[in-house]
Amino acid sequence: MKYIILIVLLLSTFLLFFEGLKNDPKLIPSNLISKKIPKFKLPSLDNRSFEDSDLRTKDLKLINFFASWCPPCKVEHSNLIKLSQRFKIFGIAKKDTEKNIETWFSQMGNPYSKIGFDHDGMVSINWGVYGLPETFIIDEEQKIIYRHVGAITEKDMKKIKLILDKNK
Amino acid sequence: MRLLTLILIFFSTNLMCLEPDEILDNQNLEKRAKQIGQQLRCLVCQNEDIQNSNADIAKDLRILVRKLLLQNKSDKEIIKFVHERYGDFVLFSPPLRTDTMGLWLLPAGFFLLMIFFFFRRQK
Repeated sequence: MKYIILIVLLLSTFLLFFEGLKNDPKLIPSNLISKKIPKFKLPSLDNRSFEDSDLRTKDLKLINFFASWCPPCKVEHSNLIKLSQRFKIFGIAKKDTEKNIETWFSQMGNPYSKIGFDHDGMVSINWGVYGLPETFIIDEEQKIIYRHVGAITEKDMKKIKLILDKNK
Repeated sequence: MRLLTLILIFFSTNLMCLEPDEILDNQNLEKRAKQIGQQLRCLVCQNEDIQNSNADIAKDLRILVRKLLLQNKSDKEIIKFVHERYGDFVLFSPPLRTDTMGLWLLPAGFFLLMIFFFFRRQK
């Protein structure tokens, strides 16, 4: 009997660890899901300011952390342009310059309704961003309902559209 | 000379990633910043603390820790600030909660079970 208990315990522990091995160590769950968006105020591309109050709209919107120096951000750019036809996308450019962003947009188009510049990366930290690009979906009550880490690929588009349509 | 080289190799690692402009003038605050940095995990590295990581996010977090120290925040408040944004992953020792109880109690549980079986066999 005692051996059965021991074997069951050992097996269940191994199974638990085995399940854990399937998790991607690079994907860290966001601690901000279901929470209100953090407060921020940044200089914007139109020489004004971009702040959390700009996101206080009664619709679903996306906020994308990106940079012109980040190759995966260029990969997802065409998908962001597609998404921007149905939803508002706001951008936060991390450690970037207006000149670089404008050059990039002149070549590939601008999917963003408004862009803020996070020159020192502190706003990104406030959002729990740890790599670029990262995209957040925000509901009408300014709560974060989803976070996507990495470039939005065609495969991810289906999932994101599903979440957006479900919460519309 | 060889001994000095060895000492430098083994004991200089803590300074490897810290850039000169990050270091605070106040030695006590800098010491606290290093201690806090050693408790926070770099989010894009495998099991490396922010103090010893070259990653961009680790550098940003080191600067944040120093900024908060200059605002007279306590070590606990600073760790809580980072934990609130990045979750349990950023801490090397996860907090004791109902959902993390297994992490803390399983090793002790297995140890007690081994002792139990060990003494049962001896009888």
